[in-house]
Amino acid sequence: MVSLKPVVNDPQGLVVTEALHSLGYPEVGATRVGKFISLDLEEADPETARRRVDEMCRRLLCNGVIEDYRFELRPARSEP
Amino acid sequence: MRFGIVVFPGTWSDRDCAHAVQLAGAEPVPLWHADRDLKGSDVVVLPGGFAYGDYLRTGAIARFAPVMEAVREHARSGGLVWGICNGFQILCEAGLLPGALLRNSSLQFRCQPTWLRVETTATPFLADCTPGQTLRVPISHGEGRFFADAPTLAQLNDQGRVALRYSEKDGRLSPDANPNGSLQNIAGILNEGGNVLGMMPHPERACEELLGSTDGLQLFNSVIRRLAARAG
Repeated sequence: MVSLKPVVNDPQGLVVTEALHSLGYPEVGATRVGKFISLDLEEADPETARRRVDEMCRRLLCNGVIEDYRFELRPARSEP
Repeated sequence: MRFGIVVFPGTWSDRDCAHAVQLAGAEPVPLWHADRDLKGSDVVVLPGGFAYGDYLRTGAIARFAPVMEAVREHARSGGLVWGICNGFQILCEAGLLPGALLRNSSLQFRCQPTWLRVETTATPFLADCTPGQTLRVPISHGEGRFFADAPTLAQLNDQGRVALRYSEKDGRLSPDANPNGSLQNIAGILNEGGNVLGMMPHPERACEELLGSTDGLQLFNSVIRRLAARAG
């Protein structure tokens, strides 16, 4: 998940909030629109995978000036 | 005088830049994103467009192109690097300039003439201008909202590194004159040495009367005069 930092204004989020309000969901407060990126890794060791993905986020997937990221690892289905 | 003009897959303002360079009396040198040297360029221009489709973020992939290592080295040794529109976005992603360019606050692609107030002339790019002068130069972008955190903004201001701000014709800053929601109406910034300029507006599209303004030529002429003086 890559999302704009809280300090960065998100005009898309504002428009989505307004649209949800007009659809009858007044309970919606702030909306933030981010990105969902899914990666298939060939790496058996979770610690190595975690370290490598973290590096990928910092080097390419996320721009630290404007965005924050978080990720989770899930084991792939094992081959039959 | 050689202006290297970098073409990434998806760049589209390179021919306009080459045309402007010729109008100003210098020689455009086409550079390909896979090139590893700058072919004797005195100035490197990263023109507008959508390099690598602007996938992921504007400029995010382009910053890793082979040519960027040579551009980085050119900048490090004091050479002039000029990022226009997408080029500005690439320079920010590459860390050659601080901050980032975000989706316009209107969420619209804006293609329109703007007035730019010259904030400093302490750079070869604006040496022929006078501080406070306004220039008529068009913008053409969907993601030009300049953002930097508060300490970085303060530093840019303190060090006189804000080059251009969107303004009214008379130089007044106003929210109406700001076409994209940039912080403090910022349209262009410099690196610490003043040899790297990033700007969202397109000076190369304001070099002929037919197009409504020749103010953009002042920047090309400034660069050429300064470089000629430097070459002695």
